[in-house]
Amino acid sequence: MKSILHRLCLGLLLSLMLQGVASAAAEEQDIPLDNAPYRVNNILALQNGARLFVNYCLGCHSAKYMRYESLRDIGLTDDQIQHNLMFGDAKIGDTMRVAMTAAQAEKWFGVEPPDLSIITKALASHRGSGADYLYTYLRTFYRDDTRPSGWNNLVFPGVGMPNPLWMLQGERAANFQVGPDPADPAVKLKTFVGYTQLTKGAESASEYDSTVADLVAYMQWMAEPDQLLRKRLGVIVLIFLGLFSFITWKLKSEYWKDVT
Amino acid sequence: MADQSLHGAHAAPEHGGLRGWIDKRFPFSSLWSAHLTEYYAPKNLNFWYYFGSLSIVVLAIQIISGIFLVMNYKPEAALAFGSVEYIMRDVNWGWLIRYIHSTGASAFFIVVYLHMFRGLIYGSYRTPRELIWIFGCLIFLCLMAEAFFGYLLPWGQMSFWGAQVIVNLFSAIPFIGPDLAVWIRGDYVVSDVTLNRFFAFHVIAIPLLLIGLVGSHIIALHQVGSNNPDGIEIKDNKDGRGIPRDGVAFHPYYTVHDLFGLSVFLMIFCAVVFFAPQFGGYFLEHNNFIPANPLKTPPHIAPVWYFTPFYSILRATTSNTVHIWMGVVVLATLFALWRHRGKPMRAVLFAIGGGLLFWSLATVDAKFWGVVSMGGAVIIFFFLPWLDHSPVKSIRYRPTWHRAVYTLFAINFVVLGYFGIQPPSPVAYAVALTCTLLYFGFFFLMPWWSQLGAFKPVPQRLTFKAH
Repeated sequence: MKSILHRLCLGLLLSLMLQGVASAAAEEQDIPLDNAPYRVNNILALQNGARLFVNYCLGCHSAKYMRYESLRDIGLTDDQIQHNLMFGDAKIGDTMRVAMTAAQAEKWFGVEPPDLSIITKALASHRGSGADYLYTYLRTFYRDDTRPSGWNNLVFPGVGMPNPLWMLQGERAANFQVGPDPADPAVKLKTFVGYTQLTKGAESASEYDSTVADLVAYMQWMAEPDQLLRKRLGVIVLIFLGLFSFITWKLKSEYWKDVT
Repeated sequence: MADQSLHGAHAAPEHGGLRGWIDKRFPFSSLWSAHLTEYYAPKNLNFWYYFGSLSIVVLAIQIISGIFLVMNYKPEAALAFGSVEYIMRDVNWGWLIRYIHSTGASAFFIVVYLHMFRGLIYGSYRTPRELIWIFGCLIFLCLMAEAFFGYLLPWGQMSFWGAQVIVNLFSAIPFIGPDLAVWIRGDYVVSDVTLNRFFAFHVIAIPLLLIGLVGSHIIALHQVGSNNPDGIEIKDNKDGRGIPRDGVAFHPYYTVHDLFGLSVFLMIFCAVVFFAPQFGGYFLEHNNFIPANPLKTPPHIAPVWYFTPFYSILRATTSNTVHIWMGVVVLATLFALWRHRGKPMRAVLFAIGGGLLFWSLATVDAKFWGVVSMGGAVIIFFFLPWLDHSPVKSIRYRPTWHRAVYTLFAINFVVLGYFGIQPPSPVAYAVALTCTLLYFGFFFLMPWWSQLGAFKPVPQRLTFKAH
């Protein structure tokens, strides 16, 4: 009996959740993701990205699998890491943790901010890579007074996070056109048509795009700090295996030429 | 004459020195000659025959990389996800070992599927190789279990929810189902307890079984000898010394041959490991980089690609589909009645059997029949030796349209796999249902269609072109 009740409740909950998702999708369309510039092999971009990351993200988001000392791999010295990128009493061998507790986060933002160590891998989907997602997401915030934080986002409607980079980008309002869905006139579609800049940011639009690209490149690198080594090594391994295959092919032919 | 040398009838020449010392205590030389230098394999083995030895290599890769992973992995719900990231970042070469293991899992299924398809087209399961085939099917079952248990270990969202979905399938079994599911999990939901037991199965129980079965598979193979693309027995034509005229010694001929195959395979394998280890979300699913969260169901749960053909069959079995199965049961029963119209006792048995099946299809939940269909899609392979009534083994001497049947079966399998990955939709359901009917039609109707058509004359000797 108890388990039947349990199932009923779960089923009800699930259907409610699904309905929520369905109605949100009917109002707003998924916008296509912009391609993030590939800068994981650009050490200056990664260093700038690391600076942006510890200043703008690490206040709320942890990267609890990423050690500060791993930043040596992007050309930083221990001194530079300790003096420019570490706040509080963390040690160089520590991972990037945050002081904010889960309970505080729930209270302030409604959700616990996700850990960002491997966020670019987790956000990949059929729509594009995780880097594309972040690159678009961080550039599509707009002012929305209906939200508790005063901010909303085109990629992630109803997002809990306010725009962390608003001082760089400035504040913008988004303009939507509401019209019938061509497939089903009963459904009203909310289509994004453009922004209105409300306040000026510290950076121009193109500078801001580049800043976000650096930050995203850093997160892409942080998701797997050994990825460049992996690719470099892969070239050597494949060259070796190419030669090895040639030798084994010759060896095989040498033996098999006697078989008639 | 491999079957005799297995029993030491072909005593190797006496050796002196260390080898002689060993041979007096352990049958090294006779094993060596029985299984390598005097084990004769058909000389015309082609591309398709690489995948047997490659499967062994991949098994070795998985076991060795697995040992190193276990050294650093923590089978505990609170630590598992983090320990995988620890392996990826802090363990020296941990990322390489992990990617080798994750790519190896997919590679294992690729080589095994190709190996099985080879058996299918050349009739390698036919007399006298039924036991080799059955051992092979058992290996395939173990491999599926191994992959399923292993997939829970990274403790990501897909690990957790995939295990949840699959274990829940057992709860569809009438009467004992719900208790059985709890017994498998060891808990009411997938939890730390489940993770620990899956770890035990993944690293100890199933690998032991796998190794034992692979050994039996090879011993059975060496008892009867390899089949070949012509599907004729090389042992039927031996020279004066009792050596098959169309055979070559496994070592050195096939060892160098397979070494070449291995090096090409390793090139492809390493290209994936080093340049595309996630393989676009197919080898390592995107969602699995989010830690398992029992309170948050992902919008779309799909197993890893190698299970999706069978998953598609499961999803295609809805309450609507069961009506089709009921129709099939009625037709099959009527056909059986007609075939056995002269034997009333048998006809009555068929009628009762068909009636019972029809009744249970009508009354038991469709989810159960989905599980039965999915399980049946795997189990049916065991019966292949007795379903195939073709007078010749190899596709080469079967009617040309049989090639189309096997090609269609392979395409059908891939299409099932594709729609098993996609989120459910009416089109996907229609396609998966059609493919499911074709899949089972291929097997159940095989006793009929495998005899049809004009068969070509089978040659006395192997067709072989010198390299």
